[in-house]
Amino acid sequence: MATITTTRGEMDEADLTKREGAVETDHEFTKWVEYWFENELVHRSVHVHLKQTPTLFPELEKING
Amino acid sequence: MANTQAMCTSFKVEILGGVHAIGTPPTRGSTAKDTFKAALFEDTATLGAGTTAYSVSGEVSGAGYSAGGITVSNATAPTSTGTTAYWTPSASLTYSNVTLTTPFDAVLIYNSSQGDKAVAVYTFGSQTVTSGTFILTMPTNDASTGLLRIA
Repeated sequence: MATITTTRGEMDEADLTKREGAVETDHEFTKWVEYWFENELVHRSVHVHLKQTPTLFPELEKING
Repeated sequence: MANTQAMCTSFKVEILGGVHAIGTPPTRGSTAKDTFKAALFEDTATLGAGTTAYSVSGEVSGAGYSAGGITVSNATAPTSTGTTAYWTPSASLTYSNVTLTTPFDAVLIYNSSQGDKAVAVYTFGSQTVTSGTFILTMPTNDASTGLLRIA
C-alpha cells in the first residue's frame, strides 16, 4: 500500500481522496496532485515544466542585423 | 566579400562564462564557477527587470523551505547555436517536503557567489504546496528555449 506524506503524517493512499489537474499554456505545462482527508487538504504537490522563457538582451538582435 | 556588422557569437557565450569584464570586475576568491541559487516569491511580490539582487522581501516561507532557496545545478557549460548563446541549469529545481500556503508565482535565479546579484526572474501560474514537493523543470537547453539566451 502506498503511503503519502501529509499534514497529518504518513497516511495510506487508500484512506485519501486524490484529485489531479493539469494546465498547459505557451509558457508552461503544469500538473498537480492533491490528497484530501475528510474535506481537508492534507497534501499538494506541483510540477511546473517551463516551455518558453524571454530572451535576454533582445536588443542585441538589432546589432546582429 | 563584404564585412558584416554583428555581435560576435563567441562573445555572447563568453559573457555567460564571465570571460569579459568591460566594467570593473568583481574580486573572486577562486577560479571556480559561481554558485547560483533559486528562490521562490509570492504572487504579491514585484520582482522583474528592475530587480538587482536577492532579498527576502516577498520570498515564500513555510515548513521545509529555507530562505534563499536552493542551489541551481550547473553541470552544462554555456554554448551557442547559430548566433544565440544559451545556458540552462542541468537539473530541475526541486523543493522537497515543503508547505507553502501563500500563493507564489515566480522564481529568482541569482548569483550567491557575487553578492546575491540577480540574474533573471521566471513566472508561472500561481501555486501552493501542502506537505508536498514543488518541481520546476527547465526548458530544453537550446537556442530557442534555453533558460538564459543572448540572441
